[in-house]
Amino acid sequence: MRVPLSWLKDYVDITTSIEELAEKLTIAGLEVTEIDYVGIPGGRDLERLVWDRDKLVVGQILEVKPHPDADRLVLAVVDYGGDEEEIVVTGAPNLFPYLGQGDLSRLELYSPFALEGATLYDGHQEGQVKMKLKGRQLRGIYNRCMLCSEKELGISDEHEGIMILQGKYQSGTPVQDVLGDAVLEIDIIPNIARCASIVGVAREVAALTGQKLREPNYEVLQEGPPVNKLVRITTDEPELNPRFVALVIEGVEQKPSPEWMQRRLRLAGQRPINVVVDISNYVMLEMGQPNHTFDYDFLRRRADQYDPGGPIHIHTRLPEKGERLTTLDGITHELPPFTILVTDPVNPLSLGGIMGGVDSEINDRTTNVLLEAAAWNFINIRRSMVALKINSEAGFRFSRGVHPSQALLGAKRAAELMRLYAGGTVAQGIVDYYPNKPWQSPIVLTTAEVKRIGGIDLSQVEIKRLLESLEFKVDDRGDHLVVVSPDHRMDIEQSQDLVEEVCRMYGYDRIPETEMSDTLPPQRSNIGLDREENIKDLLVQLGMQEIITYRLTTPEKEARLLPVIKSQPDDRPYITLANPITVERVTMRHSLLASLLDIVAVNRRFQERMTFFEIGQIYLAGEEGLLPDELQRLALVMTGPHIDPACDGDREQEGLNFFDLKGVIEDLFSAIHISGLAAEAASHPTFRPGRTARLLVNDRQIGWLGELHPLVVEVFGIHGDWPVIAAELDLEVILPLIPDEFQVRAVSAYPAVLEDIALIVDRGIPAAEVLNIIDKAGGYLLQKAELFDVYEGNPIPRGKKSLAYHLTFQSPDKTLTDRVVRKNRERIVKQLERQLGATLRDA
Amino acid sequence: MMLEQLNDTYQRSLDQLQNARTSETLETWYRQTLGRKGDVTQLTRQVGYLGPEDRPAFGKRVNEVKKELEAAYQQQLVKVRTAELEAKMAADGLDVTLPGRRYSRGRLHPATQTLREIYRIWGDMGFQIYRSRDVETDEFNFELLNIPEHHPARDLWDTFHTTEPGIILRTHTSPGQIHAMREYCPEPIRVILPGMCYRYEQITARSEIQFNQVEGLAVGKSISMADLKGTLADFAKRMFGEERKIRFRASYFPFTEPSAEMDVECMLCNGDGCQVCQYTGWLEILGCGMVHPTVLRNGGYDPAVYSGFAFGLGPERIAMLKYGIEDIRLFWGNDLRFLEQF
Ligand SMILES: [Zn+2]
Repeated sequence: MRVPLSWLKDYVDITTSIEELAEKLTIAGLEVTEIDYVGIPGGRDLERLVWDRDKLVVGQILEVKPHPDADRLVLAVVDYGGDEEEIVVTGAPNLFPYLGQGDLSRLELYSPFALEGATLYDGHQEGQVKMKLKGRQLRGIYNRCMLCSEKELGISDEHEGIMILQGKYQSGTPVQDVLGDAVLEIDIIPNIARCASIVGVAREVAALTGQKLREPNYEVLQEGPPVNKLVRITTDEPELNPRFVALVIEGVEQKPSPEWMQRRLRLAGQRPINVVVDISNYVMLEMGQPNHTFDYDFLRRRADQYDPGGPIHIHTRLPEKGERLTTLDGITHELPPFTILVTDPVNPLSLGGIMGGVDSEINDRTTNVLLEAAAWNFINIRRSMVALKINSEAGFRFSRGVHPSQALLGAKRAAELMRLYAGGTVAQGIVDYYPNKPWQSPIVLTTAEVKRIGGIDLSQVEIKRLLESLEFKVDDRGDHLVVVSPDHRMDIEQSQDLVEEVCRMYGYDRIPETEMSDTLPPQRSNIGLDREENIKDLLVQLGMQEIITYRLTTPEKEARLLPVIKSQPDDRPYITLANPITVERVTMRHSLLASLLDIVAVNRRFQERMTFFEIGQIYLAGEEGLLPDELQRLALVMTGPHIDPACDGDREQEGLNFFDLKGVIEDLFSAIHISGLAAEAASHPTFRPGRTARLLVNDRQIGWLGELHPLVVEVFGIHGDWPVIAAELDLEVILPLIPDEFQVRAVSAYPAVLEDIALIVDRGIPAAEVLNIIDKAGGYLLQKAELFDVYEGNPIPRGKKSLAYHLTFQSPDKTLTDRVVRKNRERIVKQLERQLGATLRDA
Repeated sequence: MMLEQLNDTYQRSLDQLQNARTSETLETWYRQTLGRKGDVTQLTRQVGYLGPEDRPAFGKRVNEVKKELEAAYQQQLVKVRTAELEAKMAADGLDVTLPGRRYSRGRLHPATQTLREIYRIWGDMGFQIYRSRDVETDEFNFELLNIPEHHPARDLWDTFHTTEPGIILRTHTSPGQIHAMREYCPEPIRVILPGMCYRYEQITARSEIQFNQVEGLAVGKSISMADLKGTLADFAKRMFGEERKIRFRASYFPFTEPSAEMDVECMLCNGDGCQVCQYTGWLEILGCGMVHPTVLRNGGYDPAVYSGFAFGLGPERIAMLKYGIEDIRLFWGNDLRFLEQF
């Protein structure tokens, strides 16, 4: 909402600077997002033209004389408040009618007048180009001053003629003082639609600065025929259309609206059209009531079909099935069943409160106008606007709630302006159909409630004064106040709403800042979150970079994880958007891995080495087709060289492989004290056969780990020759396994004995199985068994492999003898021989 | 005669020593001079050929010569070793300006880092973390929060609807308010509700379809707007610095009444006005207000007895302001060149 200060001043005295006013309004909830200064200093745009107070003044045109040598130029004699009159050469067409009329002083013809040296915009150049006025010879006459057009002042693009100021001025007054202005751009939040008008803002300004509001004149002089012979109103839907006011203005003249009205409309961001349309817009901007003008004679001709000689019958109703309407923007709408229509018995005429129809719209030949000012249910208006995809100034206001009381005021105001400026005659009487008058119920307010919610200590008298400044009717009943909202408000329903008004008027900046004195609630930890965050920290310590991806994806993107079977990562249905904004983001993800791999592909363009993880939800549609299961997952990816190449590092680099990521997972599990992590060879279409493991904890599956299947690497477009290792783990299973506490073992004070053994076993025997046998056979004295070498090839026979282990034997309570160690070692070897057919390599 | 010879040997050895420039020549010199078969040692042995009257003088001189040569040798040894070490070190110096070898360091995503900071501050202030679901019902996301269907206030949130009627992606973490209240009623509440939210918006440098939000909720028997201001001012001081000015201005949210917006003095221009703060000197940081009576009632609390405040803030927006990030798309783009700066 654009609020020109000059317009605002019609209704309230401004007692502060523009900037202070903007700050006050902002704090009170009318956020001033921008101040546009017109001709006066202020703001941050240093390029903008500021009118020179000495060199740009009001001049009175005293006479227009012919130019001795040029037909297209005239000489204007101007009094600009200087010692003598100035003669100016000009070609302005709007001065030619005054040519040779002698003394014009009685006409009081004023115009902005620039003296030599003044800075203006160049009227002959596109856009706003500054120039300094210099004296020059114009067809033999030296010309050092200029009468200005709107374009030269930067008010509009108008450069046809010079700007004529309406009203009476003192010659020599700085133009700044006459036309200088500032426009406040105010962000209208949904609950203050009452402020989507200049009067609405003025009312707030008055209350905030202790001034009096001067309302516009709502009287109308009615001299035409009785209106109830001309029009009658009915409705089917008093809930949706609580009030409908109609007036008829006869004999309007289609012409431009007065200069001051055009200027105001332009400053407020509206383009002037003609006097009838402009008045309609002007009244809406001025006091907030949108109104609509119909071509009366069009309706009259139709009335003669259904009620010859009788009044026009305006009826509001819901559409019939299949009914359509072409609005004045030329679009034909299929009408939803809840959109209320203004109709006559022949056809629908307009979308009530939103936009007029093209048929009954006023046009160049319209002389008689039917003026509508009505009230509409705001929720239904918004619903219709969304369904019809229409935006209009009227709809914007009605969808935020315009009180029915405003309809009558708006109708009278518009009619009176049409009488004054469009030359119309207003029919006598008003058709005011008001089937559903809202009831403002009284609300009880106490000082205690203001203190309880607002946190401010205010006396009853003070509260009363603050509310009355906003025109609330306040009745002091001794220990409480009874408050009734003013007619223009629809947003006050309960005492808490009143507390907000008290706070706003008192000033949010003056409310004290206190510490809560209320009881502290029982303190609970969020164990799930704590554990997740701990896992994040541990993975970071292990060198992993956290990634956060979009949770919206597509089934096709995720199907790339399963390129062979072309399926989705989970059989349950996707949560799918009904209104996706891009084809890339349509469903809630089933997997973290797919998005993580996309991030790998993107980063691979400039980075070889990546170690990523993400923790977050996946979404599986719920059993009853209602809310989905949101399940926590952890995905990890590694690819690239072991370490980034450095200065001296042309060392042969090995790539990160399966065991690097497995090591991270093992380290993680040991850090969160979950024992029993195991990997078993398995197959999964995402991973490379033979390099895929199902991860288990105590036989319960917790996820998958593997080198990506080369086809997966390919479809994700991950470049480079490095293998890509990935895992996706189920935190829903893992998090509850994390013990709340754990115990440490004592560190033995007795020496450990180290023994190495090297075995030859069949190639296909998993190392985990070997270790399992060693652990069991080693008994409690075997502290640690560590695989340090895996070897195949000469001299090991084909189909076999050699595994070498460091064994650490240690007793918690004595020094081990050689004999005991030997016995333990022999037991291990024997079990390996018996169970796996292993032989000792160096035996 | 012998004494002369001794003095000659002494002088010659001393000269040779001065000329010895390497450890090897020094070693050879020592062997040839003071070693078992060295010149001086051999002279010493000839003391027996001297008459008894000459022996004391010769003996004394021999000891002097040995001692002096030994000392001279030690001195020369230090000199030569030092020179040799210096030469060696001069030869195998490093170009210290070459880059170091970096081991890979893991990092938390900047959104997580900001969330952690918010958690920590609110945790210190007695607010616990309460999480709720991303995919919500229209009822919890809107209706129970005093935003009826078709209400114009719904224009504040552009919503992703799912193909299941009445199921949407939450537009804010506010539905968690109702979940928390229904779980804890009638206990007092102080929680923050973090989580991912979704808005039907074009993805641009300034707007995302997915973003984190942290909502806060306090419910009790004596909580007022002054408590709201005091608590949020505390938060702002700890988050943005003790000296940073803040201001509260009236606003509108359907689930709070009175409603407010908290602005923090722009940290990029210190309040002088810049492009980021649109030359106002202020940055909008969070929306807040006293919990609307209808919302309290929907949560199970009697609004005549209980009151409370709520607020909502955007971690990514805060991170953008703190770190001077100009494009919100960097967060979920996960470009390592961005992430590695945290
Ligand atoms: Zn700034």
